[in-house]
Amino acid sequence: MKVGFEHYLILSALLFALGLTGVLVRRNLLVIYMSLELMLNAANLSLVAASHFSPGHSLDGQVFVFFIITVAAAEVAVGLALIVALYRRRQTAHVEDLTTMKL
Amino acid sequence: MQDALFYLFGFLTLLCGLLVIANPFSRNPVTSAMFLVLAIASLGGLFVLLHAYFLGAVQVLVYAGAVMVLFLFVIMLLDVKAEERRKIRGLTGKLLVVFGPLSVIAILFLFFKSLSAGPPNSDPNPTLEGGTIVLGKLLFTQYLLPFEIVSVLLLVAMIGVILLSKKDLR
Amino acid sequence: MNGLLHSQNLPWLVLFLPLLAAGLITLFTRRDRNLSAGLSIGAVVAGFIFTVVFLATSGWTPKTTESTFVWLSIGDLQIDFGLRFDPLSILMMLMVTGVASLIHIYSWGYMRDDAGFSRFFACLSLFTFSMLGIVLSTNFVQLFIFWELVGVSSYLLIGFWFERTAAADAGKKAFITNRLGDFGFLLGILLVWKNLNSLHFGMLQRIVTENPQALGALTTAAGLLIFCGAMGKSAQFPLHVWLPDAMEGPTPVSALIHAATMVAAGVYMLCRVFFLLNLPASNALLVIACIGGFTALLSALIAVQQNDIKRILAYSTLSQLGYMVMGVGLGGPEQSMFHLTTHAFFKALLFLGAGSVILALHHEQDIWKMGALRKKMPVTFWTFLVGTLALAGFWPLSGFFSKDSILATALEHSHPMVKYGFFALGALVAILTAFYMFRLVFVVFLGAEKSDGPGHAHESAPVILWPLRVLAVFSIIGGFIGIEYIYHRQFTSPEEAHALTFAQQLIHPFTAAPIAALGGLIAAVLGLAVAYALYAKADKDPLPEKLGALSRGMRNRFYFDEIYQATVIRIHEFLATLADWFERWIIEGFCVGLVRGGTEITGKMLRQVQSGNLQVYAFLFALGVAFVLYLALK
Repeated sequence: MKVGFEHYLILSALLFALGLTGVLVRRNLLVIYMSLELMLNAANLSLVAASHFSPGHSLDGQVFVFFIITVAAAEVAVGLALIVALYRRRQTAHVEDLTTMKL
Repeated sequence: MQDALFYLFGFLTLLCGLLVIANPFSRNPVTSAMFLVLAIASLGGLFVLLHAYFLGAVQVLVYAGAVMVLFLFVIMLLDVKAEERRKIRGLTGKLLVVFGPLSVIAILFLFFKSLSAGPPNSDPNPTLEGGTIVLGKLLFTQYLLPFEIVSVLLLVAMIGVILLSKKDLR
Repeated sequence: MNGLLHSQNLPWLVLFLPLLAAGLITLFTRRDRNLSAGLSIGAVVAGFIFTVVFLATSGWTPKTTESTFVWLSIGDLQIDFGLRFDPLSILMMLMVTGVASLIHIYSWGYMRDDAGFSRFFACLSLFTFSMLGIVLSTNFVQLFIFWELVGVSSYLLIGFWFERTAAADAGKKAFITNRLGDFGFLLGILLVWKNLNSLHFGMLQRIVTENPQALGALTTAAGLLIFCGAMGKSAQFPLHVWLPDAMEGPTPVSALIHAATMVAAGVYMLCRVFFLLNLPASNALLVIACIGGFTALLSALIAVQQNDIKRILAYSTLSQLGYMVMGVGLGGPEQSMFHLTTHAFFKALLFLGAGSVILALHHEQDIWKMGALRKKMPVTFWTFLVGTLALAGFWPLSGFFSKDSILATALEHSHPMVKYGFFALGALVAILTAFYMFRLVFVVFLGAEKSDGPGHAHESAPVILWPLRVLAVFSIIGGFIGIEYIYHRQFTSPEEAHALTFAQQLIHPFTAAPIAALGGLIAAVLGLAVAYALYAKADKDPLPEKLGALSRGMRNRFYFDEIYQATVIRIHEFLATLADWFERWIIEGFCVGLVRGGTEITGKMLRQVQSGNLQVYAFLFALGVAFVLYLALK
């Protein structure tokens, strides 16, 4: 079967779902963060596919992905710095131990 | 040929993604990180299939090469042990186990339903486009402002990281 | 300025100057004692002067009988606020401002050492304003407003030394008892308004003269309900219990409020609306006379065995008020008003004299600790004696003429049982009056010293003695300066051609109603004689042994307070407890508790969402996304 836009979209959706499940199920902070990255990548994939299959082959999707990758990199840096600081304070990266915001 | 490659890379991505979140053999976060690297790499392959050569390269260089390395640095810096298996405590935990995947499936279901409602039109003859030069031209003309802002963003992130990772934040 | 002092506007000034003084003192001059006293005394003395000027320019029956403006106008109901000028109100105005001026001046000396000096004068001024409002009002509503104001002033002044529990309780008792009477009063006013559709005195008089059956079957009821107000204010049985306790207030207060003016307001009101009471279909007057007579007798009996100088005078006031009310009931409003006026003079004199004695003996009030004060305090003694003679009814002092007029009215009544019954009652009360008053004089001023106190006493300051002298003069001449004539003009015929001269007035009682006159004189002499026999040289009271249980009853005020405590107060406390239970359990526990509990439970449930668990939050995100997607793609 000829691979069309739907195939890429389905793939992206499944990848997104995988990432979301990882966020909800895993309990190590770092693994949760990695699942988050997976979700971002899924979005990137669908954007590039949209750009490819768009009439006129506009490259807007790719530009968008360019920015997403940049921002993701910055975000990862900051997030990991936060996790490092948190780990230094609490000596744990287990998300169930970090419930000080409980009412 | 291209279809076969698509199916290969697609399957690889999904497999690696699954292994990131649910590895039956090891609960070590390093294992998850390595599989994530693999997933990103196969995504890079998919990008190339979609004629986004520059982005494919960027994906491998930056995402797999820098971001994931950063991840691994931090994992090893913190010396995170393998995640202990803990019993799912409390009502919230049990509810989560049931409803979490359910909500994911619901989102998927909705997506597929909308997809079947009206398939987007796809060009049967894609051309070879997406070269670096064209992308670069677009970046520096139409999307100049976001480009500059993103560079400031990177600066800010850098400063933030330096500040956050100081030994004692007084 | 000329326009302000125009004759028509003077009464407005007289009415509102004391209010202005009270306001200024309360707001601004509390710290400056002399300024406060000056403001207060100035306001009331100016009021007296203005009244005299007004009288001089307009005479006893001015052409314009009223000066009003519309205050409230809703549908059919129109209530004015204004001043009424007829002989009754002008004479009352004169009397109130005059006596009040003297007592204000007296208070300056009496309250000199008191911490609440300025507050006292503010309250006195407020009272003067309220009392003037009562005597000048044109309609029932205005009367009622000032009626209540007078009650408030009385409360403030009785409980002036509020740190003393007894004084605070006395103030409350006075106010609450008054309120009971006012409840009946209000009902009476409403009855009158419903049936006659007006509240204005002049209008009511016209309606009732044209149509005496206007009130129909409710004539007696309306009359009696209105009398309830007088019962409360003038302390008639059974609402008489507050007046003796009101002696907890300072002596000038007792003199002003509980002798001369406020308690007289009830009698004044009865005379003002006399036309509503003496309708042919009404039996109210007979009931009023009975109650008045009974009060007079009861209080006189109690006074015989009291040992506190102010209590004796208080019961004497009660007795005389009973006399006045009895006079109204017997169909003699002008005689009652006459007695009211003369009583104001000599009772105020007696109270102020008692105050002088109390001050000299450093607030000692038991008469059995006094004695032989005649030599130490001559002016006080002589003025007090004048007051006593006037009260007992010796000729030619004022009390004789006024008391005699009431006795004469009794004898003029048509019904024979009423005629002789009330005359006998009046004579008996006159005997008792003379008896207990001379008991007081003999024990306090004559005889031997009964303790150390009198040894150190000395005469009071001039500022205290001059009011005594002025009042003594009026007590002497009050009977024949034509006061009765003025009231005659008010009640019988507005255009009386002639007035009697001084000499004629002196012998008038003996010629017009000889039995009453002689009866009164004999009664007075009898009382004096018995008192002399028992008390002239007594060291302690000889009556308790002679009378035994009766004496004990008299001393304990015939146990009225105890009866009220056991019955009325008990019921009231029961109701209060019931209401408290209802409030606590049903309203607060059930209704409010329901809301509070419900809110608490809801809050507790909602709080579970904030678990602090990151993944729970992420899960909720996912749920939200699913929901939004569903809505978007529907």
